[in-house]
Amino acid sequence: MAVKDFLRERFFPHLWCPGCGHGTVLNGLVRAIEELGIRKSDIVMVSGIGCSSRISGYLDFHTLHTIHGRALAFATGVKMSRPKLNLIVPMGDGDALAIGGNHFIHACRRNIDITAIVMNNRIYGMTGGQYSPLSGYGAAATTAPYSNIDHTFDVVELSKAAGATFVARTTSYHPKEITKYIKKAIQHKGFSVVEIMSQCPTYFGRKNKIGGAVEMLEYMKDQTTPIDSKAKAENPDLIERGIFVEKELPEYCEEYEKVIERAKGGA
Amino acid sequence: MTENIKFVQGNEACVEGALYAGLDFFAGYPITPSTEVAEQMSVQLPKIGGSFLQMEDEIASLCAIIGASLTGHKVMTATSGPGFSLMQEALGYAVMAEIPCVIVNVQRGGPSTGNPTHVAQGDVNQARWGTHGDHAIVALTASNHQDVFAVTVEAFNIAETYRTPVILLFDEVIGHMRERLVIPEPGEIPLVERLRTSVKEGVDYHPYLPREDGRLPMSDFGSVHRYNVTGLYHDMWGFPSDNPKIVHGLSRHLMDKIENNAHQIAMVKEYYLEDAEQILISYGASARSALHVVVSRRNRGEQLGLLELQTLWPFPAEIVRDRCRNARSVTVVEMNKGQILEQVKHAVEAPERVFLANRVDGVLINPTDIRNFLRVIQGRGI
Ligand SMILES: Cc1ncc(C[n+]2csc(CCOP(=O)(O)OP(=O)(O)O)c2C)c(N)n1
Ligand code: SF4
Repeated sequence: MAVKDFLRERFFPHLWCPGCGHGTVLNGLVRAIEELGIRKSDIVMVSGIGCSSRISGYLDFHTLHTIHGRALAFATGVKMSRPKLNLIVPMGDGDALAIGGNHFIHACRRNIDITAIVMNNRIYGMTGGQYSPLSGYGAAATTAPYSNIDHTFDVVELSKAAGATFVARTTSYHPKEITKYIKKAIQHKGFSVVEIMSQCPTYFGRKNKIGGAVEMLEYMKDQTTPIDSKAKAENPDLIERGIFVEKELPEYCEEYEKVIERAKGGA
Repeated sequence: MTENIKFVQGNEACVEGALYAGLDFFAGYPITPSTEVAEQMSVQLPKIGGSFLQMEDEIASLCAIIGASLTGHKVMTATSGPGFSLMQEALGYAVMAEIPCVIVNVQRGGPSTGNPTHVAQGDVNQARWGTHGDHAIVALTASNHQDVFAVTVEAFNIAETYRTPVILLFDEVIGHMRERLVIPEPGEIPLVERLRTSVKEGVDYHPYLPREDGRLPMSDFGSVHRYNVTGLYHDMWGFPSDNPKIVHGLSRHLMDKIENNAHQIAMVKEYYLEDAEQILISYGASARSALHVVVSRRNRGEQLGLLELQTLWPFPAEIVRDRCRNARSVTVVEMNKGQILEQVKHAVEAPERVFLANRVDGVLINPTDIRNFLRVIQGRGI
């Protein structure tokens, strides 16, 4: 299948700004699914609210565009009620980790077989450039006109600590890695998190005087490095890309099958 | 059959009704006085291969059951005031996306944490208007366990018929009191099953195009039709739209499908109304005390009657107006500051003859309370 076979052309043009990183994620995601050869009808994509969350509407899967921050809770219901379906949940950084932070850590903890994709542009794009929990100390945003005093957290460390059994990170400068990690995440049995650092030139780029999409992509190239690289040893401030966790633990829906067996008086 | 007779709490009667209706997916978060619903579900559902989930909060609980409804399951969650407050955004989502689901609120005193272990009926207006924006809603209640069972089954039937969330507004007394329950035989109460589309694979299916009768056949997530579901105003494909015509049309459809069928949804019980000069209107636990007063006064020859409401929303205004036409006085018995009172005043021809008999101190309004109110209303003093 070609990429366009996954798109709902009727629903285009999309609403993303020129240069927005979310389109790169869409592209990488579609390629991952194409390479895996999963039937479109076996995929349910659940998203919340934000520029990033609009990704679901453009794709020809079963798509559930929900409310801000709660996508993982909806997805948990879909998955538990039909465990054979593949659940993919793309979220913005605000969606996943501010309003949705509680659902995020609990989904990690349950190890339910869902693939979460955090499209981290470090800003609230949809509402016009307010700071998010990922903006970081010192960032500029429409609600941080005197510089942000909120500290950020690390999506990878958070996911690890909360119990996700697959955790990876890359950026929109690295589309091949996007496809590779999403593929692995979907194949992984259990809760998987792929953080994709992405650019919002319209708000983050402009407010923080980084420039347009090209400069932001350059920035992501320069600020990141593969896990355990020499560059990291020399410059500890660099952000690592790669797979941080990949382990097998009992998956939630399978565990629930055991509950059913016990309730019915079996093993 | 004796095995069909149980001695249970109202919360358990609700669970039994839900299972009878075909529920096989429940998600919830513990909260007094509704917790027994979740506990019983966790015992019963795995036995029939159904799913029980304890989520991280009430928001997640309602979201999870909406997700499960979309794959074709009959679903429910249960909570009390604070949890019901948290659910309001997702409740609006279920209204907008037209997702069949049942939400139980076993009421406690409020606002806030309020009076967790005591009875109140203060969430009547919240059930109606808790979620933002113009919308229609269905809320049912009951005053004894047999009726709790029956209205629970009916809640599922209404949810499927109209593709809507349905709220079951019980109260602490009904939830916790133990009483006899006879489980009907299978088939004794008719069940409405999911209306699924007959559109074949490869042919365009419009998830939000109502049939001529106003109903919208569904297609389970995971089956052949792939479509979009959103809480934004949307067109017949389920795709977001802010086209004024589409917004207007959908908003009307969401109201009309409930309001135009209010007479079908209306459930009341009538006691001695034919010749009643004084009418009590009540619901839930309050109606038990009201009925006690009516029966004892009838024995003394007084022409007192009771109209018990089982459907609170859409408010059965026509029935109320009709039954109260010849009454000298109408007294609304409830455990709040007059939430149904206002509806009754609005519905009847003579609002100046409508009075309130209430209690809002966490104690069940009892027959003596009601008698005292009636004496005052009749100008006799206590
Ligand atoms: C309950 C609720 N609060 C606030 C909003 C407004 N809102 C919409 S999107 C959004 C943030 C979007 O940021 P993010 O999730 O990072 O995604 P992005 O738009 O940057 O892709 C906010 C605050 C909302 N829709 N719902
Ligand atoms: S506002 Fe930012 S996140 Fe939203 S579409 Fe534009 S560039 Fe992308």
